[in-house]
Amino acid sequence: MIEIKNVNVSFKSEIQKKIFGSERVQVLHDISINIPEGRCLGILGESGSGKSTMGRVICGLLKPDSGEILLNGVSVYNSRTGKKNLQKKLSVVFQDYTTSANPRFRIKDVLMEGVRAKERKGKKVKDINSELERLLILVGLDSSYLNRFPHELSGGQLQRVCIARAVACEPEIILFDEAISSLDAHTQVQIMDLLLELKDKLNLTYVFITHDLTSVTYLCDDVMFLYKGRITDYQEVKNLSQTKDEYARKLLESIITYDSEETA
Amino acid sequence: MFRRFIKNKTAVGTVALVLIIAILGILAPVIAPNDPYKTDIINKFASFSWQYPFGTDNLGRCILSRMLYGIRPTLGLAVLTMLGTIGLGALMGLLAGYFRGIIEEVIMRVVDVMLSFPSQVMVFAVVALLGINVQNVILANVFIKWAWYARMIRTGVMQYRERNFIQFSRCVGTPERFILIRHLIPSIAADLAVLSSLDVGWAIINISTLSFLGLGVQAPTPEWGAMLNEAKNVLTSNPTQMIIPGIAIVILVSAFNLMGDALRDVLDPKEVAE
Repeated sequence: MIEIKNVNVSFKSEIQKKIFGSERVQVLHDISINIPEGRCLGILGESGSGKSTMGRVICGLLKPDSGEILLNGVSVYNSRTGKKNLQKKLSVVFQDYTTSANPRFRIKDVLMEGVRAKERKGKKVKDINSELERLLILVGLDSSYLNRFPHELSGGQLQRVCIARAVACEPEIILFDEAISSLDAHTQVQIMDLLLELKDKLNLTYVFITHDLTSVTYLCDDVMFLYKGRITDYQEVKNLSQTKDEYARKLLESIITYDSEETA
Repeated sequence: MFRRFIKNKTAVGTVALVLIIAILGILAPVIAPNDPYKTDIINKFASFSWQYPFGTDNLGRCILSRMLYGIRPTLGLAVLTMLGTIGLGALMGLLAGYFRGIIEEVIMRVVDVMLSFPSQVMVFAVVALLGINVQNVILANVFIKWAWYARMIRTGVMQYRERNFIQFSRCVGTPERFILIRHLIPSIAADLAVLSSLDVGWAIINISTLSFLGLGVQAPTPEWGAMLNEAKNVLTSNPTQMIIPGIAIVILVSAFNLMGDALRDVLDPKEVAE
């Protein structure tokens, strides 16, 4: 569905050797990947590996230095229509739920933004209130939350609201940028179950950016290892144990030793 | 938000005080006991009486009537100054913060230049160049003050445009207009309200200062600063003439300063009213 071809991204370096120097630091090196429809791709990497940058490129917020993003064969960054096209099909959930919702909005206003995005696609919403209610029930909350402010909700609840907002646009792809990393283990499992359920129900494609291998094995179909801006391995999750890649092996082993320590 | 406003006693009190003063100013022709321009030389320096509740000044004019009529230039010009300042500053700040690039570079360098002038000297220079006139005083005040607002608003815009809720909006293709009006402007409105109500106080003092120095509102128009100027010659013989506009200025400016603090609490939804 989304095809990423030879993407390179670099940023201007903070530390310059000359006063007005323009040295750049390359963040992503020649990334090419194909995200098939209806699957969940996990992008796994440690901090600074460029995975969030990759997310920004995919959701149309950062134009790469070179390379192309194709959505159903149409380039995203080359034309306005390409970008509009992406905006209609993609939605996003961020890591930091404290800034994900405007603190001045009530939950209903937060969700309304998603509903409005849906309306822009020409899909009529007859009864706004029942639509908002439906969305909240979908993520396991109820309509009593509609008139609350974001700071009156717990982290897990707010992240659910953010997921509801992402779903409200009726996208085909949802990008999760560390969407569950800042939650506790129990809530993480709850949210991942919710995501799996939604994926089946709404026939979605997921891109799941994380640093946590266990959640990838729980949720994703494919996994891509990103190390220092390069793809080191791309595997189906069920074949993960056969990986030959050094970095992937290291990550896998660190988890296994961690598990055995816990049982010991 | 309205409930939070009602609960906050300082906010209600100061807003009420400012409103009462404004209404008094608007209704001055109805409620003023005397004509503010009518001189009554025989009764000059009169003490408090039914005919002249606050006494008379050095030309025998009713001080209360002059105070009431003086609200219009004092408060009105200050508010006008602030509207002009915020309008210009917000426009420049939003342009610089939202579009970045070359526009930001040009605007911010102009702002830097503006901020490096001593403000009073700038006002004097503008008034001296354009002539002594009320419009020029307002123009000068807007001219020196907009840069502060432009800088503040740009910082606010830059701070919020990287927030996730705006990133989300941009991601799903929310129109720029919606992002600007519903996300960005309310987010910076709280800071803006605080700063601007503090600065109305500043504008009142500034206009009064200029009038006191004879550069602003001209005699015989009643204006609180100009009244202080007229009173300074009789400071020892008739102190009431000075004390009344002096206290009035202090009260009005303090009201605006307190209002700034109170509004911040009201506008910030995280400050849950207990």
